Amino acid sequence: MPISYYIFLAVIIFSIGVTGVLTRRNSIIVFMCIELMLNAVNLLLVAFSKMHHQRMLVLDSANITAGTEGQLFVFFIMVVAAAEVSVGLAIIVLMYRNVHSVDINFLNRLKN
Amino acid sequence: MILSSFIFIPLLVGLLLFFVQQQQLVKALSLAASVAVLAVVLYAVYLPAGHASLSHSTSWLGSINSNFALLLDGPAKITTLLTAVSFVLIFLATWNNNYANSSSYYALMLLSMSGLMGVFLSADALLFYFFWELALIPVYFLCSIWGGEKRIAVTFKFFIYTFIGSVLMLIGIIYLYNKTADQSFAWNSFKAVVLTAKEQAYFFWFFFIAFAIKMPVFPFHTWQPDAYETSPTGTTMVLSGVMVKMGLFAVIRWLLPVFPDMSDKMANIIIIFSIIGMLYASLIAMKQDNIKRLIAYSSIAHIGLMSAGLFAGNTVAYNGVLVQMFNHGINIIGLWIVVDIIEQQTGIRKMSELGGLAQQAPRLTIMLVIVALANIALPLTNGFIGEFMMFTGLYQYNPWYAVVAGISIIFAAVYTLGMIQKVFYGELNTAVKVVDLKAMQWLALALIVAMIFVAGVYPKPLLQLGEAAGQVIATTVTK
Amino acid sequence: MKFAPFIPLLPLAGFLINGLLRNRLSKTATGIVGSGVVLIAFVLSILVFNSAAAGQSQIFQLFEFIKVGSLNIPFEFQVDQLTALFLLVITGVGFLIHVYSTAYMHEESNAHFARYFAYLNLFVFSMLLLVMGGNYVIMFIGWEGVGLCSYLLIGYWFKNREYNNAAKKAFVMNRIGDLGFLVAVFWMIQTFGSTSYANIFTQLPGEASTAVLTGITLLLLVGAMGKSAQIPLYTWLPDAMAGPTPVSALIHAATMVTAGIYMIARSNLMYALAPASMHVVAIVGLATALLAATIAIKQNDIKKVLAYSTVSQLGYMFLGLGVGAFTGAVFHVMTHAFFKALLFLGAGSVIHAMHHQQDMRFYGGLKKFMPITHFTMLMGCLAIAGIPPFSGFFSKDEILVHAFEANPVYYVLGLLGALMTAFYMFRLYAMTFMGEHHSDLSHHHPHESPKAMTVPLMVLAVLSVVGGLIGIPALFMHDGHKLNTFLAPIFEGSKQYLEKHEPLSHSQEWMMIAISVGLIVVMIVLAIRKYSKSIDAEATGLGKVLENKWYVDELYDTIIVKPLLAIGGFFNTVVEKSGIDRLVNGVGKGLHYSSRQLRLLQSGNVGSYLLMIVIAIILLIRLVFYIKL
Repeated sequence: MPISYYIFLAVIIFSIGVTGVLTRRNSIIVFMCIELMLNAVNLLLVAFSKMHHQRMLVLDSANITAGTEGQLFVFFIMVVAAAEVSVGLAIIVLMYRNVHSVDINFLNRLKN
Repeated sequence: MILSSFIFIPLLVGLLLFFVQQQQLVKALSLAASVAVLAVVLYAVYLPAGHASLSHSTSWLGSINSNFALLLDGPAKITTLLTAVSFVLIFLATWNNNYANSSSYYALMLLSMSGLMGVFLSADALLFYFFWELALIPVYFLCSIWGGEKRIAVTFKFFIYTFIGSVLMLIGIIYLYNKTADQSFAWNSFKAVVLTAKEQAYFFWFFFIAFAIKMPVFPFHTWQPDAYETSPTGTTMVLSGVMVKMGLFAVIRWLLPVFPDMSDKMANIIIIFSIIGMLYASLIAMKQDNIKRLIAYSSIAHIGLMSAGLFAGNTVAYNGVLVQMFNHGINIIGLWIVVDIIEQQTGIRKMSELGGLAQQAPRLTIMLVIVALANIALPLTNGFIGEFMMFTGLYQYNPWYAVVAGISIIFAAVYTLGMIQKVFYGELNTAVKVVDLKAMQWLALALIVAMIFVAGVYPKPLLQLGEAAGQVIATTVTK
Repeated sequence: MKFAPFIPLLPLAGFLINGLLRNRLSKTATGIVGSGVVLIAFVLSILVFNSAAAGQSQIFQLFEFIKVGSLNIPFEFQVDQLTALFLLVITGVGFLIHVYSTAYMHEESNAHFARYFAYLNLFVFSMLLLVMGGNYVIMFIGWEGVGLCSYLLIGYWFKNREYNNAAKKAFVMNRIGDLGFLVAVFWMIQTFGSTSYANIFTQLPGEASTAVLTGITLLLLVGAMGKSAQIPLYTWLPDAMAGPTPVSALIHAATMVTAGIYMIARSNLMYALAPASMHVVAIVGLATALLAATIAIKQNDIKKVLAYSTVSQLGYMFLGLGVGAFTGAVFHVMTHAFFKALLFLGAGSVIHAMHHQQDMRFYGGLKKFMPITHFTMLMGCLAIAGIPPFSGFFSKDEILVHAFEANPVYYVLGLLGALMTAFYMFRLYAMTFMGEHHSDLSHHHPHESPKAMTVPLMVLAVLSVVGGLIGIPALFMHDGHKLNTFLAPIFEGSKQYLEKHEPLSHSQEWMMIAISVGLIVVMIVLAIRKYSKSIDAEATGLGKVLENKWYVDELYDTIIVKPLLAIGGFFNTVVEKSGIDRLVNGVGKGLHYSSRQLRLLQSGNVGSYLLMIVIAIILLIRLVFYIKL
């Protein structure tokens, strides 16, 4: 499959994420949209890594792991996303306890 | 070793004072520290030229090639001596004043003294900048904590003004540092730096504006009357007696030798502005009713002459400036002492509300009259020597400038005699009883009067202090 | 001669003793110290004068004063014939006035009495510095010093605001002149590299062009105008009469105001080489002499009459200098010191007797109450009017003769001034001493003054009568002009450069003397007839203008003082506060305003922050990929 398919898919997913973050006020949905964006990036990384690997194999067939460093980043991002989810969900839970709402626009007290 | 002690005696005693609680002990310690510094300075300034103790260098920030380098040359001799003498006088004269939280007050005063000494001694640009700020920061606190009404606004103005200057200077220093042949902050490397005409034109003004704000030269002067009026009088004495000399000194040490061509080229415009400032400030002084603002404007007028003298580019004017730096400091401190005594006792600053004090305080009157006459450069007082030399030099630069600037001599007589008349002569105006001089105040004023006459009749020792340096500078500038 | 440098130290010591111990000394002790030091100085001056008469002159290098690079101004004295003559006048007349003051100021408290004598001694010290200085800077030191003492003594009664204003006016007017002097000194330093008389005069002619010399001499003249109260800087002198009367006698008649004449006489070589300046000096002098004389005619304050008379006489001296009669001018300085000091002290005696009433309209008929004062004053009036053989006749005649030689118009105008002088002096005399007493005698009786006051009057009267005999013109006696011979070493050098005039024949000279003396006698008779019976009616027209001194004070106030103060006020309120300060504060306010506006972006809505982040990212991407850096 040509790489452009992957790219289009990733862009679509990323845009859905961005739109969600900007338009939705429910913080859980915002959260999920952020995850979407991260996963769009992951998808791109995997796709580029695969493409890159094939090209490297042509040059140096002995090195079977050449050009796959991109896939490593995917794991990092997943770990970070997991950490983020655990912290973020905890915050959301606390927020709900305090203000009985998960609306992000409710938290504007820093303004004053 | 000796030079470091100029800086470290006040620094250490000042830090110590933060932890001393008894007021009398605080006063005594700060006076003792200043007397000690004065003794050391007096010893050092009369060491023969070229003596090993007159310069000093220790590694400081080795990685960027900045050293703790000190140098006591002619201008530094004059200014360090002035600093030492001034602080002794200030502590003597304010002996009877009580400040809230006095240990911090005196500690900050001594820290400021330490910074001033550092400014005058530094032979390293980064060190110079460091001390420049060290001298100013305590003054911000002194003014904003112990000052009069509107002190926060005034301190803020003062801070912004000087801070803008400092930033410009810092940019200049860093730029020049990168241009030096050996990547060093040393004075000698700065003097040897080679710049294109365009670079010179920019960075000359960067440095000059920083120094001009400090002096202050018209039109950078508006922080000064406010700051003088609002600060506690002890701080005002430091500001007007010593701190404004930082600007003049910095021109001598860092501007003229580093940018000789530009100094020569820009001399005309700077002198014109200085002279405008002299007349402008004199005219304003004639309209002042507030005695502190009157003295502030009179000081701007005198400083204007000094900055004009610096750029006149001949030995006579240079030496006049050096001598006048010392004498002006002494005289203006004398004026502030008298103002402080009146204000502490009556709480009045407006001349129209005062009057006839000569009847109650004859000794105070005599002292003020002498100091005021020195301030308007009457012959046989110290003020005459410096002004005569500066005018002579200015005349050689351009006769018309000397004539126009000379008009300020007439104005000076008008507002100074007017001040004496309104405050001391006439019928008694205030209900408050003014007590004549107390012992310590008398001592301070008597010392000032003695210096006025000694320096006025036999100025040779003072002239010799600056002489060699004056010639050195003159030769660097006149290519 | 070799102790000459000690002469100024004596009054300085007197100043220090009286000034520092003013609360401890009794009046007697103060008086003895104050007068004693001047007496000793006088004795020393006589000795110096004798050596100078024998042709000696000497320069004393005392110590280094200002020495920087090529500029070297030593503290030096030059004692020669001109100095010796002035020394004698200053210490001699000064001593008499000190003695007189001990009685005149007796009502003052101890401390103020001592303060007065301290100032007087300081004045004598400064005046001695002025005439002994060996260069222009030392002269300038004395020059400003006497100005200071004049300031202190005019404002001696410091409670009175008007007196203080007069004192300030005197000082400031003098400062205007001093600026001219100073600039001249700078010019001399630039031209000659020195300020010492010895150095400068040996470089002439040759070192300086006529234009330069004209400039220098005109600037020096500005200085002299201030100190010697010439047009346009004369208005301070009449106001200076606020000081105690002996001060007016010493400072504002006999010594300080003649400093300008001393200075020009000292610089005679420079003036002789700058003929244009000579003309200016003569014209300024003549104009002053006439203007002041017209004002004096209409004044009613006895001291004001004498003050304007002094201004007028100083004008004569300038006229003398301007026509090259240096000796004549110095001669007139000397005789004027005698008779004007006498007149002032006599006026003081009258004022003392009349309990500080100075208005002559309340005097009259004092002849019978104060015989000594009356007689001595009469001598003084005759001397100033120029009746032979009183001293004023010889000195004024010498000036007028030279004026005639230079330009007959000068002579006519000068004679006119002399006639007015005779008129107003005898107006004063008649209003004070003749006729009936004009005020109520039941409250007070005028009485003759004590010995300490009358003895100096008598001494000065004798000097006023015979003082002229040292300068008898060749017309009367061959080789009679002793002063000319004495001062010859000073003025000899400049003689060859002066404009040459045809000397008058003896018959012409006789005729001039006859005309002037005849007219003067007529004026005296007129004045006495008019004023011994009545006083002036309310003045109208020109008389009112004269009474108000041609409104010159008001003119200066309108065209100089008020505009300057207005400019100062404008700078203070407009330029300073709403100009520069507003600019500075405006920068601060602008920052404040913009930060308040920017603050609105921080709405606190997470959504808007996110939107901003996205926008920023898009902009960054555009920046990175599409704008070539």
